[in-house]
Amino acid sequence: MDFQIALMLTQDGIVNGAIYALMALALVLVFSVTRVIFIPQGEFVTYAALAMAALQTGKLPAVLWLLVALGALTLVVEAVRQARGQEVDWRSTLLWAVVLPAAAAVLMGVVKPQSMLLQALAVLLLVVPMGPLVYRLAYRPLADATVLILLIVSVALHLAMVGLGLYFFGAEGSRTAAFSEARWDVGGLMISGQSVVIVGATAVLVVAMFFFFERTIIGKALRATAINRVGARLMGIPTALSGDLSFALAALIGAVSGLLIAPVTTIYYDTGFLIGLKGFVAAIVGGLHSYPLALLGALLVGQLESFSSFWASAFKEVIVFTLIIPVLWWRSLHTHHVEDEE
Amino acid sequence: MKQRHLVIAFIVALAAAWSLLQPFTITLLCYIGLYALVAVGLVMLTGVGGMTSFGQAAFVGLGAYATAWICTSPTAAEWLGFLPKGVYPWIGLVLGLLVTALIAWALGAVTLRLSGHYLPLGTIAWGLSLYYIFGNLQTLGGFTGITDIPPLTLFGFSMESPRVLGVLIWALLLLAIWALHNLLHSREGRAIRALKSGRLMAESMGVDTARHRIKLFVLAALLAAVSGWLYAHMQRFVNPTPFNLNIGIEYLFMAVVGGAGYLWGAVLGATLITLLKEELQDALPKLLGASGNFEVIVFGLLMLLVLQRAADGLWPVLAGWMRRFIQAEPAHKLVAGGGAVQLDQRQLPPAGQEILKADKVTKRFAGLVANNEVDMTVKAGEIHALIGPNGAGKSTFFNMISGVDDPTDGSVSLMGKPMRGHPSREFAALGLGRTFQHVRLLGERSVLDNVALGAHRRGHRGWVASMLRLDRAEEAAVLAEAMRQIERCGLGAVADTAAASLPLGQQRIVEIARALAGQPAILLLDEPAAGLRHLEKQSLAALLRQLREEGLAILVVEHDMEFVMNLADRITVLEFGTVIAHGTPAEVQADARVIAAYLGGDMA
Repeated sequence: MDFQIALMLTQDGIVNGAIYALMALALVLVFSVTRVIFIPQGEFVTYAALAMAALQTGKLPAVLWLLVALGALTLVVEAVRQARGQEVDWRSTLLWAVVLPAAAAVLMGVVKPQSMLLQALAVLLLVVPMGPLVYRLAYRPLADATVLILLIVSVALHLAMVGLGLYFFGAEGSRTAAFSEARWDVGGLMISGQSVVIVGATAVLVVAMFFFFERTIIGKALRATAINRVGARLMGIPTALSGDLSFALAALIGAVSGLLIAPVTTIYYDTGFLIGLKGFVAAIVGGLHSYPLALLGALLVGQLESFSSFWASAFKEVIVFTLIIPVLWWRSLHTHHVEDEE
Repeated sequence: MKQRHLVIAFIVALAAAWSLLQPFTITLLCYIGLYALVAVGLVMLTGVGGMTSFGQAAFVGLGAYATAWICTSPTAAEWLGFLPKGVYPWIGLVLGLLVTALIAWALGAVTLRLSGHYLPLGTIAWGLSLYYIFGNLQTLGGFTGITDIPPLTLFGFSMESPRVLGVLIWALLLLAIWALHNLLHSREGRAIRALKSGRLMAESMGVDTARHRIKLFVLAALLAAVSGWLYAHMQRFVNPTPFNLNIGIEYLFMAVVGGAGYLWGAVLGATLITLLKEELQDALPKLLGASGNFEVIVFGLLMLLVLQRAADGLWPVLAGWMRRFIQAEPAHKLVAGGGAVQLDQRQLPPAGQEILKADKVTKRFAGLVANNEVDMTVKAGEIHALIGPNGAGKSTFFNMISGVDDPTDGSVSLMGKPMRGHPSREFAALGLGRTFQHVRLLGERSVLDNVALGAHRRGHRGWVASMLRLDRAEEAAVLAEAMRQIERCGLGAVADTAAASLPLGQQRIVEIARALAGQPAILLLDEPAAGLRHLEKQSLAALLRQLREEGLAILVVEHDMEFVMNLADRITVLEFGTVIAHGTPAEVQADARVIAAYLGGDMA
């Protein structure tokens, strides 16, 4: 390997690492606020990427029907809860289950946007409401269950969503047009505009999340919930609100990641799962609760993957996934008192 | 009719029908048996042990590939050339079990000392990795796999036909269920059942929970490997596909849908999922007009529904329906001859000897000082009380001297041994018995079962002995000892009642009985009198006095002043994390600072 190749691999690693960083942030966010280990995070990436690809070929993404179904089902569930005397927040329910899906449907089915930015907006409108809807249907009835049960729910949901992805998008992979076709030659290293877009968008999202959590009252409420769920509820922060919000943010991050990565990698119906899992490896570096360590872990995963694809390309997935073994081992050295599971 | 008779009837019916069934049905039954063997390991892991694994398919793969490699590879043939061919599969079995045990142990060792969700996450990574490893190793045939695996033979008798091999499959499955049933109803089984919700408590009873978790994980992996070995010799070829992560998830579905807390739930779940998959793989592609593994959608949604609506799975539903026809087993059959085996006895130290010593124990949580240089000595044959207003730091101190947490500064010694940094099970080993402020019992288990866990360290029979019922004499002794302590604490009438159904005050007494079953040298009681009625308090005080006469050291944390003042020999008073008074009840009651702390006012 010469220096040139090393530089190229490093660049590759940074671009992929940026996507894993976004995944890891979403996973840490959802886990710390709701205790859900959100395995289906990667499916949002797939859905967004393949919906974008469908829009660009002038087709209506069939996954829209999934959103409509989720919305309708949520309305039914909320109506039943209301009838049983439980308090239902209809404003947020209508937002997630009716307004946003309707906007997505109008934009995709009637306006049929040609500009990439409008297409991207349509995809965000399609994917983001899925987060809170999935939360309400799958996780909220089990809000008091153990982390383990919630994890099994996640895996079940992942399986269902991958199967639905296969049904809606088919088995063929797709790529989308790049947001930027620019190319620069920096000292012999070709840097594509798209990779700058990816790293730039990631940086913007990370900074935006930082401000959201540090400066806004809703962000602080989420942080409070992450630190002490019961305490936050006693202080008037509804658990359901924090669930909606963290899942909406996770879906948003997933959708953005999908839009970013679709021009550089061919996405199949099951690609998102592997991307999400690599985000997990990164998040585990941070013990599923530290954002900075998760970011660091993502960079590490990106580099490891990129260099192992050069040296042992058949085993690159193995190498990346087995990274968690030394990480977990290192973490286990620092615990010697037993705590009961939540 | 009892449940045992039902099981026997099921086996007899299966055996009687075996030669009459269609070949297709036989093959299906073989698969169900193979899957159930994996699922029953997951029941132990998930429903009983509170862990889970999505990577069991990879262990099945290890078992299958190990024997496939031994039976077909020229390298293996070179090494084993001196042996008859018929022995190869059995060597393959041993190799598969060895490799599986090694990998499962390593995986467990790095994840199982951490919180419960790291193991499943680790198994996802492991399940994915193994699929790629199998697929990329040319010695293992890559993604095409290995063909021409010979059928099993036993003493020259070929098991090529599924009708013959199926007998072995189901025999092994039933044997596994029998052994696991025995394990669950033993001393080690009580410890295993505590892994799910009572690890902190079990550690305080001297159970090494991390070690039990690792063993349980290895056990489940070994069952999966046996299934893989059988699978390889039934299919006669292997490739990586049946061992990928999705199948690993399906195994977990079988356990959860069937009923993750019940051994027979695994058989039920394996049957349901296998039949359902068979149907769906035909019906769904026709319905949806496309080809693909769409059954995962149904499985995913079914799983969600089961977890939300019937978290215990379908077996309890079925069992509830059957209960109309069968009698419940008596909760416990106290086996006669409890005296045949002697449990470990502890020599109690002479009265007046220092048992527990805290020296300048300080605990800081970030900026907050919860305990500030607290000194305390508890001696054999005396009752020492620790009192103080709410928030004085009593519970923090209690955790420090029982090994639940480490002091920031200062030292704790038990029986003259420095204990800082040691886990609570080592405190138990040295003779410390304790109760908890927030009662920690296994609510669904009987009082007898809960108390018997306290005697855990006094028996020695391990997993294998328990599975083979070689532990019965010792088990009888453990139960007899537990029963003795229960009667001594006045709970004889409720010994077979589920612990959670007792009133809170009685649950606290169950905790005392549990601590006594360990034959402690020192007893740490956290608010034992809370929730007791007047007469109950009197009998508790009488019991504690009697224990003091026997030479136990007793430390009581208590709010009930009357109870404390009439009982304790010495009292330590804590306020804002600092000792403000120390002495006999009379001295403490006269202390101006104590009066100020309890009644308010300045300390003029």
